[in-house]
Amino acid sequence: MNTEAQEMERIFERPRALRSATTHYCPGCGHGITHRLVAEVIDELGIRETIVGVAPVGCSVLMYNYFDIDMFEASHGRAPAIATGFKRARPDLPVFTYQGDGDLAAIGIAETIHAAARGEKFTTIFINNATYGMTGGQMAPTTLVGQKTATSPTGRNCETAGYPIKVCEMLATLDAPSYIARVSVSSAKHVLKAKQAISKAFQLQLKGFPYTFVEVLSPCPTDWHMTPQEAVEWLEENMFPQYPLGEVKAPKEGV
Amino acid sequence: MEKLFMTGNEAIAEAAVRAGCRYYFGYPITPQNEIPEYMVKRLPEVGGVFLQAESEIASIFMVYGAAGSGARVMTSSASPGISLKQEGISYIAAAELPCVIVNMMRGGPGLGGIQPSQSDYFQATKGGGHGDYHLFVLAPATVQEAADLCLEAFDIADRYRNPVMILGDGVLGQMMEPVSFQDRRPAADLPEKTWALTGTKGRAANVVKTLNLDPSVLEKHNLKLQEKYKRMAKEEVRVECYQVDDAEIVIAAYGTVARIAKTAIQALREKGIKAGLVRPITLYPFPYKTFADIAPKVRKILTVEMSLGQMVEDVRLAVGDKTEVCFFGRCGGIVPGYEEIVVEVEKLTAKVAR
Repeated sequence: MNTEAQEMERIFERPRALRSATTHYCPGCGHGITHRLVAEVIDELGIRETIVGVAPVGCSVLMYNYFDIDMFEASHGRAPAIATGFKRARPDLPVFTYQGDGDLAAIGIAETIHAAARGEKFTTIFINNATYGMTGGQMAPTTLVGQKTATSPTGRNCETAGYPIKVCEMLATLDAPSYIARVSVSSAKHVLKAKQAISKAFQLQLKGFPYTFVEVLSPCPTDWHMTPQEAVEWLEENMFPQYPLGEVKAPKEGV
Repeated sequence: MEKLFMTGNEAIAEAAVRAGCRYYFGYPITPQNEIPEYMVKRLPEVGGVFLQAESEIASIFMVYGAAGSGARVMTSSASPGISLKQEGISYIAAAELPCVIVNMMRGGPGLGGIQPSQSDYFQATKGGGHGDYHLFVLAPATVQEAADLCLEAFDIADRYRNPVMILGDGVLGQMMEPVSFQDRRPAADLPEKTWALTGTKGRAANVVKTLNLDPSVLEKHNLKLQEKYKRMAKEEVRVECYQVDDAEIVIAAYGTVARIAKTAIQALREKGIKAGLVRPITLYPFPYKTFADIAPKVRKILTVEMSLGQMVEDVRLAVGDKTEVCFFGRCGGIVPGYEEIVVEVEKLTAKVAR
């Protein structure tokens, strides 16, 4: 190695909040990107040594293998209740849950709505990939009408399976939440915007604002039976119209 | 010592606060509502938090979250609500989080009724949720004992890193009796909560989890839990023996029924029938040895419960074929009168005489 190379400035590295670990996520999955965004925000806000996370049940159940922070592993859907209990006991520490669509919008919808309605002072990162990833691609509450999954093999039929839940819009009907936004990790541009929203949510929490929520539209190439490239294209073409991006609710005073 | 006149529910709540419990999460259900209604007033006085959850499931996971911070925390409910909490109880047992859970039993199954019962014995002592785990189960019989055991329950939970259940019934919860509270600090020799989540400053990250995908790791974790249960059985069994020394017939009963049995024993002794009582105070760990030791000395054991026969299985397990174990129970919210127990014992002694 020559001297010039040794003197090169390091401009990109693993966030301190992430461990050096081999990923179990599939190629093209949005969890890795979102993990990195959350970790970068934790580093930038200087909260790695104080923050406590709550992992869900789903593909990201093992996220404590990647994050070098104190973490709970929840049971399916109960992350908001665990975060509530912890934050009530330690209001001085920043807290977040990280949950998928089955976890948050199906089995844990009651815990989610009530934590939001009480204005619990933690942040939720909600990964919406319109399917149950871990169990093999079954229909989720956020599966689009007509979308084929393992349990809607001919496409989601709204006559029998109803319609996808727009979680951001639903939570925005509540008075207590201070910040509700929907972002995507389907392209570089959207990844940057996603990070801004995640950062804003955490910053609001640190300032004492109640319930902050960021929904992340995320590709699942494996269970969508697509290549990673096809998956991000499908996401933008099909999920963007159903789940519009942007801040659904935000405090008037900026961060 | 100052005496206060309180219901069992209120006494448990006050004792919990005096034991250092600062967080309570619950959902309303009869016949234990005096506990949350007491806590909502009392906890803010000591800088604690009361929170009424949206469900029993949420409340038990709020307990999981607060216990994970290392705080002393409690929830309470009654039978159908305790069924809902079973998911969280299994996770709490698996994650080895200390906490106290109160069950003021009412008649079941299903929605059942709101009158007192003891039909959750199996659920409390044998698991209830999924997996090989046990709660530490305390069964007070008086309001004073409910307060005393609740004070100790938090220490037991911390010592063994295990959920402790106080198993009462609607009578105990609703009944008012004089009670005094010991001045009690947490035991000095309790293990430090190095596992608690406090932010990772100055140490490696802690994780409170229950998933072990590697079967050999999961087996090892289960074996560790079993070691703990064996240690509890060695160190913590509590039982009251009442007039058993000369007894020919011994009644086995716990909680409210044990009090009724004492009245029955008095009446029986006045009639010349030598009856005694063995009252398990810890239902898990169960006083198997006490029953095994007494069995050869008595002619019969009559187990009396407000159920159709649950604890009697443990009594039979303890006694084997050393003596005959009989059963009498009322259920559905009916509390047996002492006269009924007298009649049952007389039937057995008549058979003995033949």
